[in-house]
Amino acid sequence: MTLPMNRRAALHWLGAAATASAWLPARLALAAPSHAQDPQGPRLVVVLLRGALDGLAAVPAQGDAAWSALRGDADASAAAAKGVPVPAALRLDGSFGLHPSLAHLHAWYGQNELLVVHAAASPYRERSHFDAQQLLESGGDKPFALNTGWLGRALQTAGQPAIALAAAMPLALRGADGASTWTPDRRQDADPDLMARVGQMYRDDPQLAAAFAQAMGQQDMTVGADGGAGFAGLAKQAGSFLADLKGPRVAWLEVGGWDTHTNQSSRLTRLLTGLDDGLGALREGLGAHWAHTTVLVMTEFGRSAAYNGTGGTDHGTAGVAFLAGGNVAGGKVLTDWPGLAKGQLLDGRDLKPTMDLRSVIAPVVQHQFALSTAQLQSVVLPGVGKPVLNFWRT
Amino acid sequence: MQAATIASHRFGYTETSLRAVQPDPRGWVLDQFRQPAAMDASGLLDSVAAMQLTREVLKGALQAKPDADGKKPQDAPGPATPSRLELRKTNLKGLQRRWQHIVATPTPVAERWVQFWANHFCVAATKGSMLALVWPHEYEAIRPNAFTDFKTLLRAAVLHPAMLLYLDNAQSIGPDSLGGQRRKKGLNENLARELLELHTLGVNAGYTQEDVTQTARLLTGWTVGPQTGGKVAFVPVIHEPGSKTILGKRYAEGPQALDQLLGDLSVHPACARFVATKLVRHFVTDEPPAVLVDAVALRFRESGGDMQALARALFGHDLAWSPHHSPKFKRPEDLVLSAHRMLKMPVAFVEQTVRTLQDMGQAVGRAPSPQGWPDRTEDWLSPDALLKRVQWADHFGSANSDAADARALSRLAWGEDLSDTTLKHIERAESSAQALALALASPEFQRR
Repeated sequence: MTLPMNRRAALHWLGAAATASAWLPARLALAAPSHAQDPQGPRLVVVLLRGALDGLAAVPAQGDAAWSALRGDADASAAAAKGVPVPAALRLDGSFGLHPSLAHLHAWYGQNELLVVHAAASPYRERSHFDAQQLLESGGDKPFALNTGWLGRALQTAGQPAIALAAAMPLALRGADGASTWTPDRRQDADPDLMARVGQMYRDDPQLAAAFAQAMGQQDMTVGADGGAGFAGLAKQAGSFLADLKGPRVAWLEVGGWDTHTNQSSRLTRLLTGLDDGLGALREGLGAHWAHTTVLVMTEFGRSAAYNGTGGTDHGTAGVAFLAGGNVAGGKVLTDWPGLAKGQLLDGRDLKPTMDLRSVIAPVVQHQFALSTAQLQSVVLPGVGKPVLNFWRT
Repeated sequence: MQAATIASHRFGYTETSLRAVQPDPRGWVLDQFRQPAAMDASGLLDSVAAMQLTREVLKGALQAKPDADGKKPQDAPGPATPSRLELRKTNLKGLQRRWQHIVATPTPVAERWVQFWANHFCVAATKGSMLALVWPHEYEAIRPNAFTDFKTLLRAAVLHPAMLLYLDNAQSIGPDSLGGQRRKKGLNENLARELLELHTLGVNAGYTQEDVTQTARLLTGWTVGPQTGGKVAFVPVIHEPGSKTILGKRYAEGPQALDQLLGDLSVHPACARFVATKLVRHFVTDEPPAVLVDAVALRFRESGGDMQALARALFGHDLAWSPHHSPKFKRPEDLVLSAHRMLKMPVAFVEQTVRTLQDMGQAVGRAPSPQGWPDRTEDWLSPDALLKRVQWADHFGSANSDAADARALSRLAWGEDLSDTTLKHIERAESSAQALALALASPEFQRR
C-alpha cells in the first residue's frame, strides 16, 4: 500500500485529529458525546492520596473523651520538643477540627461546600498499601478480584472521556477506551511528520496505536500549559481540562508521600499544605465550573490511632475522605463515630470503620454518569448496596 | 521468532548484533551466571561516607532560612552549599558508573538479574536520610550477593544502612528495653511488614497483624547512625526483651533471632512461590504461566534458594523461550539504556537522561514505594507515557543520526524478526535521524 508520507499530509492528519474530536477516540465521538451538549453538566475530580493519610491528624476528633490521651498531649509535647509550634486545629464543629494547613478546605466548609466523611474505609481489612490501593481503585470487594477500575468501568458504560494527570494510567481508570493521561511537556513538540509515521507504524499493534492516537488527540488542548509538574500545577491543569467545553468531564489526580511512619507532624504539615494549595488551584482552573463540580479526596486506609514509637503512625484501618464542590451540600462531618477508647478501636489499635467507602463512591458515580442502580451494582461496583447517600444540594 | 532474538531482547538489554548469540542462545544466557561481570565500584562512596555527607547536607538545609512562605521543603534545591554540590556529584557518579556498566557489560542477562533483585529489595531517595544511599545499597548489598543464595542476599539487603533507614528500623526501639523506658520511644513496624509482605512471603501468605508486631519487636536493636560509627549494629539496650512468636515459632531474645527468622522465611513455601512468580513475570511475560512458576518455585525449595539453580530453572526452561507469550513493555530505564547499548554509546548526559526517564514515569532512584517499580504493561503504557517515549526517540535519533545506519542496525539486532511494517517505515524514512527514531519508537524496540 502507499502511505501519504509527505509533511503536508501528516499535518493534515494531525489537524483532523485535533479539530473534529480533540478528545474522543473515533468510536466514542461517533457514539454519543451527549455530555458535550450541556456545558453545565457535572464534573468529577477524584484525588487519591497514596500511602495512607492519617485521618485523625487531618480531621482531629477533639470532642472524643479519649482524644487528648491518644493524640492531644503527644502532639503538643512532640511539637514542643522540636521547637515547631503546631497551631491549633481549625474548628469544624464541637466534635471535630481540621488540620491547620487545610485553609482552603476550612473556608469551603464554612461556605457549606465541603463535606467531611470520617471513620470510613474500603472493604479491605489488612494493612498492605498495595492491596488496599488495588481494592480502592478496582472497586472490588477483595484485592485483585478485578483488573479494571470502578471509574474506568463507569466511563466506559457512560461513553465519557476522562483524563488522569499522571504518567501512567491509574488502575482506577483502566477499562475505559476514553481515558487518557497527561503530564506537562518539557521538550519541544516532536516532528509532526515523524509523529504521523509512528502512528502508521503502530497500525498492527492495537495497544500502542490506541494509546498513541489518544496522546496526539489531546496535544492541542494544552498548548501554553505552564502550571508545572507539582501537584498544584497538575491540579490547576485538571481544572482547565474540565473547564474546556470540548474537554473531558472527569479528571484523576494523585499525590503520594502519606506513609508517615516517622516525623509525622512536620511531614503532614508540608503534605497537607500541598494538598490544600492544589485543591485551591484546581478550583481556580475550574473557574465558574466549580459550581457543578464534585471533588472526591480519598486514601487507601487510615493509620494507627496511637502514635508509634518513632513520632509517626503505622498502617491502620478507617480514615477520612472529603467531598468538595460548589454543589456539594457541605458544612458538616458525616460519620457514625465509633469512638477512640481502647475497647472501641479495631484490634485495639485502629479507628473502627463504620462506613464503607464504596457507599460514598457509589452516589458520586451515579450523580456524575446518570447510571442506573443495576449498572452500578453489576458493572461499576459489583455487589455494592443501593446508594442511599445524597451529597448534593439539588 | 528465533531464540537469539528472545535471548538478546527479552532476557537482556538488546545486543547490537545477534551474531554472538545465534550459535547457542541458551548457553549465551546461562554462561553469564557462571562469571557475571562485576561493576567497577572503585572510587565510589561507601555507605558510611555517604551517610556522613547526607548529614552535612541536612544540617545545611536545617540552617537555611525559610523562604518567603515560611516553608523549608526538603527536596527543594536549597542553597548550593559545598556539601549539597558534593551530594549531587556523588549520586551522578554512582548512577553514571551503573549505567556505564549496564550499557557495556559482557553479561547483560546477569545484569538484568542484579537489577531485578535491586528492585525486589527496593530502597529510594524519597526521604532526607536516603539522599545518598540508593546506589551504595545496590553496589554494597545487592551486587556482591545476587549470585549466592536468597538468604544471604536477603540478609545483606535488609541489614544495610539504606534499608534500616528507608524502612525506619534504625529508629525503632523496644518499648520495654532500657532505651525505650528511658526515652519513651517505641516500635515502628514499617520494616517488619515489608520484610514479610515485599521481601519474602508476599501479601496473602497467612501472617497476621500480630506476626507483624512480633517481627517488629524482634527487629529492634538493629540500627545504624553516628552512634554506631555508620555501620549496622545490634544495640542490645534498645532491643525488646523477651521471646517473640512469629508464624507459630518462638524466637528467643537477642541478635541471633534475626538470622533464625530470615532463615525460616527463606525456606517458607510462600517465599519460593512469591519470588518465582515475580521472576517469571519480570523476565518472561506479565501473566506468568503456572507451569513455569511451579518449576522455578520447586527449584527454589530444593536448592535452598541457590541463585545459580534458580537461573537455570528459569532460563533453562522451554516455556521461558516460547515465542507465543505476549511481550513485555520495557520500563523506561530499560528502554533508554537498551538504545545506548544497541548503539554502543555511553550515557553522556546523565542528568538530562534522569529528567527524560522521569517524564516517562520512572524517577530513577526514587521509586514511589517500597514495592519498587511495577512490572506490567499497564503500569507503564499510557498515552502520555507513550508520547514521551516517541518524543525521546525523535530526540535521540536527531542527536545520534551519524552513530548508526538504522536500516543495517535493525537487521543486525533483530535478524529476520522485525515486522514488515516496521522495516518498511525504517527504510522509507526521510532521513537517517528519522530512521533511527522510528527504529527506537517501533513496537519491537518498545517491547521485549
